[in-house]
Amino acid sequence: MKSIPVSTTINGDPYEFLCAPDETLLDVLRNRLSLTGAKEGCGTGDCGACSVTLNGRLVCSCLVLGAEAQGAEISTIEGMADGDELHPLQRHFIDHAALQCGICTPGILVAAKSLLEKNPAPTDEEVRYWLAGNLCRCTGYDKIIAAVQAAAAEMRGA
Amino acid sequence: MSLDEYTRREFKQVGTRVRRPDGVDKVTGRAMYGADATAPGMLTGRILRSPHAHARIRSIATSAAEALPGVKAVITSADLSVPEDEFIRDVQDNCMARGKALYDGHAVAAVAATDAATARAALKLIKVDYEPLPHVTDVDVAIRPGAPVVQEGRALENVPAGMSANVTSHSEFGHGTPAEGFARADKIIERSFRTAATHQGYIEPHACLASYAADGKADLWCCTQGQFFVRTLCSAIMGMEASQLRVTASEIGGGFGGKTTVFIEPVALALSRKAGRPVKIVMTRDEVFRATGPTVSTSMDIKIGMTSDGRITAGEAHLRYSGGAFPCGTVDMGGQAAFAAYDLEHVRTFGWNVLTNRPKEAAYRAPGAPQAIYAVESVIDELCQHFGLDPIDVRLKNAAKKGTKSSYGPTFPDIGLVATLEAAKKHPHYSAPLKDGQGRGISCGFWFNFGGNSCVSLNVNTDGTIGVTEGNPDIGGSRASISLMAAEELGIPYDRVRTIVADTSSLGYNDVTDGSRVTFAVGLATIKAARAAIRLMCERAAKIWGIDAEAVEWKDGAAVPAGPNAGKFPPMSLAEIAAVSFETGGPIAGHHEVNVDGAGVSFGVHIVDVEVDKETGATKVLRYTVFQDAGKAVHPSYVEGQMQGGAVQGIGWALNEEYIYGADGRLQNPGFLDYRVPVASDLPMIDTVILEIPNPGHPYGVRGVGETGIVPPLAALSNAVSRSAGIRLCELPMSPPRVLKALTGAG
Repeated sequence: MKSIPVSTTINGDPYEFLCAPDETLLDVLRNRLSLTGAKEGCGTGDCGACSVTLNGRLVCSCLVLGAEAQGAEISTIEGMADGDELHPLQRHFIDHAALQCGICTPGILVAAKSLLEKNPAPTDEEVRYWLAGNLCRCTGYDKIIAAVQAAAAEMRGA
Repeated sequence: MSLDEYTRREFKQVGTRVRRPDGVDKVTGRAMYGADATAPGMLTGRILRSPHAHARIRSIATSAAEALPGVKAVITSADLSVPEDEFIRDVQDNCMARGKALYDGHAVAAVAATDAATARAALKLIKVDYEPLPHVTDVDVAIRPGAPVVQEGRALENVPAGMSANVTSHSEFGHGTPAEGFARADKIIERSFRTAATHQGYIEPHACLASYAADGKADLWCCTQGQFFVRTLCSAIMGMEASQLRVTASEIGGGFGGKTTVFIEPVALALSRKAGRPVKIVMTRDEVFRATGPTVSTSMDIKIGMTSDGRITAGEAHLRYSGGAFPCGTVDMGGQAAFAAYDLEHVRTFGWNVLTNRPKEAAYRAPGAPQAIYAVESVIDELCQHFGLDPIDVRLKNAAKKGTKSSYGPTFPDIGLVATLEAAKKHPHYSAPLKDGQGRGISCGFWFNFGGNSCVSLNVNTDGTIGVTEGNPDIGGSRASISLMAAEELGIPYDRVRTIVADTSSLGYNDVTDGSRVTFAVGLATIKAARAAIRLMCERAAKIWGIDAEAVEWKDGAAVPAGPNAGKFPPMSLAEIAAVSFETGGPIAGHHEVNVDGAGVSFGVHIVDVEVDKETGATKVLRYTVFQDAGKAVHPSYVEGQMQGGAVQGIGWALNEEYIYGADGRLQNPGFLDYRVPVASDLPMIDTVILEIPNPGHPYGVRGVGETGIVPPLAALSNAVSRSAGIRLCELPMSPPRVLKALTGAG
């Protein structure tokens, strides 16, 4: 199969790459661009560990083709902190012990940030339903919900 | 059991909720997990798996695959020697079938190619000539004489003649004469239970990168709960000396027991040896479900007698566990754990392991205990309902305590069960009103906890900071708890300590991260390594002051004269001693190597409120509270996290999760869509109450907390469903169709 040239923007930086027509965005990010923060937990869109935003929309990058990134704006976990300054969600995840093994954490953070951009003051139930596509097997979600709400409160105050 | 370790003390740092040292890496995507490693010249490895539940492999033709451009190696079991050791042979045969494919998904061949697409194409060119054989995936069918035999000649001597060849072992535990106890009972209930196999469900699939060099040395990076055990298994399979294989554990994306063995690591090493290039293998989720994990599937008969005032007079359990296609000792732990929460005069358990055409069982959080305790706690609850007795009062009346001869032999030292039950009883949750249709269930849980081999090196840097080197992957905050204990013992701030996880060439042997052992055992070794460094630092101060080393003691992070007779010197801090160490004898370090005993058993009690939807059979969890004895909670947030995570895995097991096999013996739900683990919207907050009954076997009183939490949810949910919907299910999971069927059957 002939490779496809793609020009895209990731975390504000321009990127150009070649990918196979059937290659997923997740594989491009991880294997071609060394952006390994997005994780593959299932490859079928069930676990959310590969969550990124594509033109502002939360997607499973394992269900998006690399070729679809042409001309798009992509945000990944690697772009969430501002240099040394962690995003409030990242800081509260550490402070609330909202991660144990940490494999689902990048996807959950990307998804939670996307939620708070749309809804700065979600109820616990809204957080739980928004994050229902992000599996975490370690925490039982309790501390994740608490961390998202603490970050949301801080961001509303700021 | 060493019972003299604990000394009561006031903690300055242990017990605080510090930030974990690997936190920033893990919230920024910087942390390197199993699939994140790369090496120059790396090939992609992929594995061909059996589509049959049971089949003789007549031949495997690999030449077409080998001829495909980009393919650099193809291997089958013929590329591996046959280990003499039976345990190692089983591990190897599970990684690569030899002669027979024993379950759907069993590996039969593997390729290494320049990219994933070529590797996938090559797998399709491998021709395996299978002779399908009759299969059996159900434990109750497999145990019958005449059932298809998974493996011949695997029965231990203690299995009576005349049973199916699938029965590989038998065990018996207990004391007294149950018949006498049953004769004294006012009511005896006998029930049969079944529990489905479940998967650990870690979100990170198994991944490794192997690089075997022409001089016979090799490096292996992998996500594992125990790099040293990986080295033991892989060096044995590859015929290498341990020193020639260096295994480095990546960050680990969940394990829960499922990453305590190897599946792909020997395959990657063999491919790398043959190809002469590094080989990376990452499992798909389908492969994870079909060929790794899961737990045992079980069938159990429980008989318990009780007096009308709630005293248990005798208990008996017959446990039939299947650990899949290979012999498995997990039923022994089920038999030991079944009645461990109770002080009984007459108790007996009988266990049988049975082979089936399922994947080889891997440990899952308190392996063997949740199933047996689910069955026992269900029958006890039914007896409570029969007599109209309060379920916590009945458990308090029969609870094991200090001096109880446990049902599996040892006499308990200080244990926390009574305190845990009392805490549950007085908690507002237990007396909160329920609405119509809601039900409340409780259950006790138990786990042994392990200690085991542990090595720690603690280096005092010249700037007064500390490097701790330990050998257990950080699966849920252990770097933080180990750093906290080092800081506490040395009397310096937590952020002056950095703990790293060493590879197998950098430290002595450490047992796998299992048995809830790390915070307990590695913590103990860390404290003793710190004490060794403190002794050295006191000697250095003594040398500087020109007094006897015995006249110096360690206080608040500094050497001080031990008393007025020692002389008058101002305290000399750790940083001051470290700064001049090159002039006083050289670098300062402490280390400790030990096979730790005295882990101290762990008990928990869970309360859950549920509501069963009688139209759909779906069970909604409304409120959940976990009570557990942590001995001493080193980092309370991560202790809570263990309790919450265990509870939610147990909720999944109770309500939804199961391996479903078709009539063809193939796994029907190898993905997260059809094997449904709990998601955020399924759950309420999981409240936690940590009890601290010091473990006499640890300097700070620490007990492991990782496993007990998965034990009580199974029966707690079943007991709550019984009280909500008026139906007593004796099979897990209580999935909506099963509940609906029971509701319909109940009229």
